[in-house]
Amino acid sequence: MASSRSTHTPASAGGTTLPSRSGRSTGGEAGDAARAAAQAPVMACSHLSLNVNGMPVSTEIEPRLLLVQLLRERLHLTGTHVGCDTGQCGACTVHMNGRAVKSCTLLALQAQGAEVTTIEGIAPAGGGLHPMQAAFHEHHGLQCGFCTPGMVMNAIDLVRTQPNLTEADVRSGLDGNLCRCTGYHNIVKAVLAGAGAMKGQS
Amino acid sequence: MYAFDYARPESLKEAASALRRNADARLLAGGQSLVPALRLRLSRPPLLIDLAAIGELSGIRVENNVISIGAMTRHADVAASREVQRTIPALGRLAAGIGDRQVRNQGTLGGSLANADPGADYPAAVLGLGATVVTNKRAIAADKFFLGLFETALKPGEIILRVDFPQPLRAGYAKFRQPASRFALAGAFVCDTTSGVRVAVTGAGPCAFRAKRMEKLLAKDFTPKAIEKILLPADDLNSDLHAAADYRAHLITVMAQRAVAQAATV
Ligand code: FES
Ligand code: FES
Repeated sequence: MASSRSTHTPASAGGTTLPSRSGRSTGGEAGDAARAAAQAPVMACSHLSLNVNGMPVSTEIEPRLLLVQLLRERLHLTGTHVGCDTGQCGACTVHMNGRAVKSCTLLALQAQGAEVTTIEGIAPAGGGLHPMQAAFHEHHGLQCGFCTPGMVMNAIDLVRTQPNLTEADVRSGLDGNLCRCTGYHNIVKAVLAGAGAMKGQS
Repeated sequence: MYAFDYARPESLKEAASALRRNADARLLAGGQSLVPALRLRLSRPPLLIDLAAIGELSGIRVENNVISIGAMTRHADVAASREVQRTIPALGRLAAGIGDRQVRNQGTLGGSLANADPGADYPAAVLGLGATVVTNKRAIAADKFFLGLFETALKPGEIILRVDFPQPLRAGYAKFRQPASRFALAGAFVCDTTSGVRVAVTGAGPCAFRAKRMEKLLAKDFTPKAIEKILLPADDLNSDLHAAADYRAHLITVMAQRAVAQAATV
């Protein structure tokens, strides 16, 4: 994965508008990355421009940087979680051009020119919570909260595609999001309530 | 992930020439299988050629009872397409059952076919409907496309443009899902046409294949009962920690019966 110690990071690339996060990588993955960077041919950085939560982002990145790494490690938007790192749990779900996708299973470059929205970007500008967030709060749709950002982002997209959700729709629609705490029951209640509130709002 | 170079051509011509210049380059479609494979270091391409910016590779068109779906069309768009629901509802339902919502929002038809995962859903539809895979070089009949485990008839330099699905009289698809991966432990696509019945099986063998004994019986009597006694030999079927080969053999018959029942009701 992208190590900020390699020779071709944004810190050394010209024209970046983003802070780099030096020395924060931990564990064997960073060691692997450093070894791979030492052996691998030095690849050119690619330019990436996109909007994140309405803000333009323009940076030079290594092609192998994942979207979730861009969000968490470069933009410090740590509301998007990494639960499994293998594409199974949905904790990393964000919206790309309005659609729920797993940011751990996308290269950042696949979001070229895209409109990306994270959990940090859904609340109304004046403060308060998005109706789906409020519904999770109200219906106790979380315990540890680790899966919650992904649940909320997928649920909002689910309401977009199926405005008249049934309980069965919610259960099958949240198939790609795993929760280790709640037993799902209150999550389903929260999504149904959030769907109602979103409808009332639009 | 090993380091690689990345290109995002805006035309098919550019993509084809990038692929010609780099024999070991890999095409990137939705990336829902390739990105995980890269992350596990199962693949080490020097260059990824991302097809996402080539507009002509996406979209759904119906002409003369043939529905053409662009290689970069996302599963969610196939599932939501009125045209697909009108002409081949079983294909829409199949697309709606691939992976999970997030995967369907990103994964593509062409990517699924080129990858040819033994448990993937689309190969069953392509083979079951007798579709044609159109590349930048030629048109490949479904019967000639799937060759083995992750192996297709695609040659180096070849890019899938679209798939042409002929509209059947009726069709159905049923799969038994491996709940963690959401791939098919066994799935069957059954299709009734003016020129006969086709049954394609996925998930159970190294790649999608036709169950010709079932086809013959269903051609005479298109009912679930007609094939209830058929049990495919387990010798060539997959066996893993999720299901033994003989269990998969049993599932094939059950899924094919469900697919027939589904086809009969539409
Ligand atoms: S962290 Fe992306 S799916 Fe689990
Ligand atoms: S609330 Fe803990 S994982 Fe869902």
